[in-house]
Amino acid sequence: MNLVYINSANGLSKAALETVTYAKKLGADVAVVTNGNAAAELLATLGAYGASTVLQDAGVDGQDPSQLVKLVAAAASKVDASTIIFSHDLIGKAVAPRLSVRLKAGLVAGAVALPEADGSTKVNVFSGKAFGFVKVNSAVRIISLLPNSIQPEQTGGNCSTEAFDSQAGSSAITIKATKKPEGAIPLPEAELVVSAGRGLKGPENWGMVEDLAAALGAATACSRPVADIGWRPHHEHVGQTGVAIRPNLYIAAGISGAIQHLAGVNGSKVIVVINTDAEAPFFKAADYGIVGDAFEVLPRFTEAVKRFRAAQH
Amino acid sequence: MNILVCISKAPDTTSKIAFTNGNTQFDENGVQYIVNPYDEWYALVRALELKEAQGGNVTIITVGTTADDAVIRKALAIGADDAIRIDAPATDAYFVAMQIAEYAKGKGFDLILTGKETIDYNGSQVAGMIAEALELPYISIATKLDVAGSTISCEREIVGGMQEVELQAPAVISCAKGMAEQRIPNMRGIMAARTKPLNVVAPAALEALTTFSTYSMPAAKSSVKLIDPNNLDELVALLHNEAKVI
Repeated sequence: MNLVYINSANGLSKAALETVTYAKKLGADVAVVTNGNAAAELLATLGAYGASTVLQDAGVDGQDPSQLVKLVAAAASKVDASTIIFSHDLIGKAVAPRLSVRLKAGLVAGAVALPEADGSTKVNVFSGKAFGFVKVNSAVRIISLLPNSIQPEQTGGNCSTEAFDSQAGSSAITIKATKKPEGAIPLPEAELVVSAGRGLKGPENWGMVEDLAAALGAATACSRPVADIGWRPHHEHVGQTGVAIRPNLYIAAGISGAIQHLAGVNGSKVIVVINTDAEAPFFKAADYGIVGDAFEVLPRFTEAVKRFRAAQH
Repeated sequence: MNILVCISKAPDTTSKIAFTNGNTQFDENGVQYIVNPYDEWYALVRALELKEAQGGNVTIITVGTTADDAVIRKALAIGADDAIRIDAPATDAYFVAMQIAEYAKGKGFDLILTGKETIDYNGSQVAGMIAEALELPYISIATKLDVAGSTISCEREIVGGMQEVELQAPAVISCAKGMAEQRIPNMRGIMAARTKPLNVVAPAALEALTTFSTYSMPAAKSSVKLIDPNNLDELVALLHNEAKVI
């Protein structure tokens, strides 16, 4: 049995559907374990992605990794799991390592593909500059899957949901405040990202970045200097010290493409670079480049996207 | 307050990444090693700030061979009081974490800090593993850290936002940008680091749970296709028809 942990407290994220799809593609039956009190009808939709059972512990709120590890361990024991899958998101990064120690099961952290024929699994190493193939030496293995590595796939099927008391104990962590911008697409999950840097000259000029993002249905991001000087919030900063992302499309305007920035975006499938300086290093990493002024190119780009969208309908 | 800061060596950000021995080993030829930036800039510097404000001791620990002594001295030069090196090659995250947990057990550290990940293997695993082995609470990817008495206040990243949390020491925290600013060691620190204690400890008998069988490099990027800045419709058409991303 393959076991998938998902956080369903805020609905079913794309990352959650990716992990269930991944577990299904591994071949065995798929059980899901989750915390929180999502509606049973919502959890039952996981059947379409390949889950046969969902175990739900409404008594665990998901804030404390030491509770979550007990939840997943109890579920793993109940379904006799041989592979346990997490998303390599902020929860997976906190819980999967704990589970590795608890079950003495090897962890493949940040898988980007299904396992190879020899049983090894591909991960990013050296901040996306290379790949490594990890072999697990234990009987049970844990894989945390980097978001946007595979697409969720509906294969059809039904699943049952079951209340599950994992005896996870109480939370050791008290939540004082939560700051979460409403409606924004979380950057690591975004398929399309529009990003800008110091070339935009000031926070008052971000309207044209947001316009293009809105036309595309993309998330917005920024370079480190822009976050450091406070033009944009820190959670938008992508790069070595910020968030690492791997969207299908990354559009960078007015960013030179320092190696530290590339380390956060080099997993992107397609990169578009807009820069006035034809010598900007980012062009070497780009698929499509526009040598031009972002102040002129971005609004034209937005108009072109709108024309394209209108023609599609 | 006694703080244990886990550090790792990592290749300098600008290092050329290549592999040797039939792509089974990282090619260290010409590679300059540094203290992993997250360990140094955020975990170590914040530990030093807390010690300076409240008293106590900052110990650094790494799992490695004599080849790691240079980065240990660098961390001592920045201001750590003493250093522990568990004398074994760092085979995988589990091995490293369990060695550190084995050493830290029963020594009364109030805080165990790590960087949020290393810039070579990027696994973000060691801190969580130490926390589980020592049965301690764990805050993953904290961007702020304060301590008042035995109460720890942190700001941590959550999916799509930030959260302020509190918990009781002892605890394990992995540290990220926002927590502190990089410190450049001065000459006095560098001189003092030469005589600070570096204790070499024999490793516990443990096996790694994972191995890297091989490595590969991403396919070379074909050269950039330049688009006329006056013809954005062409770009949109290419993104749709050729790249198939919109």
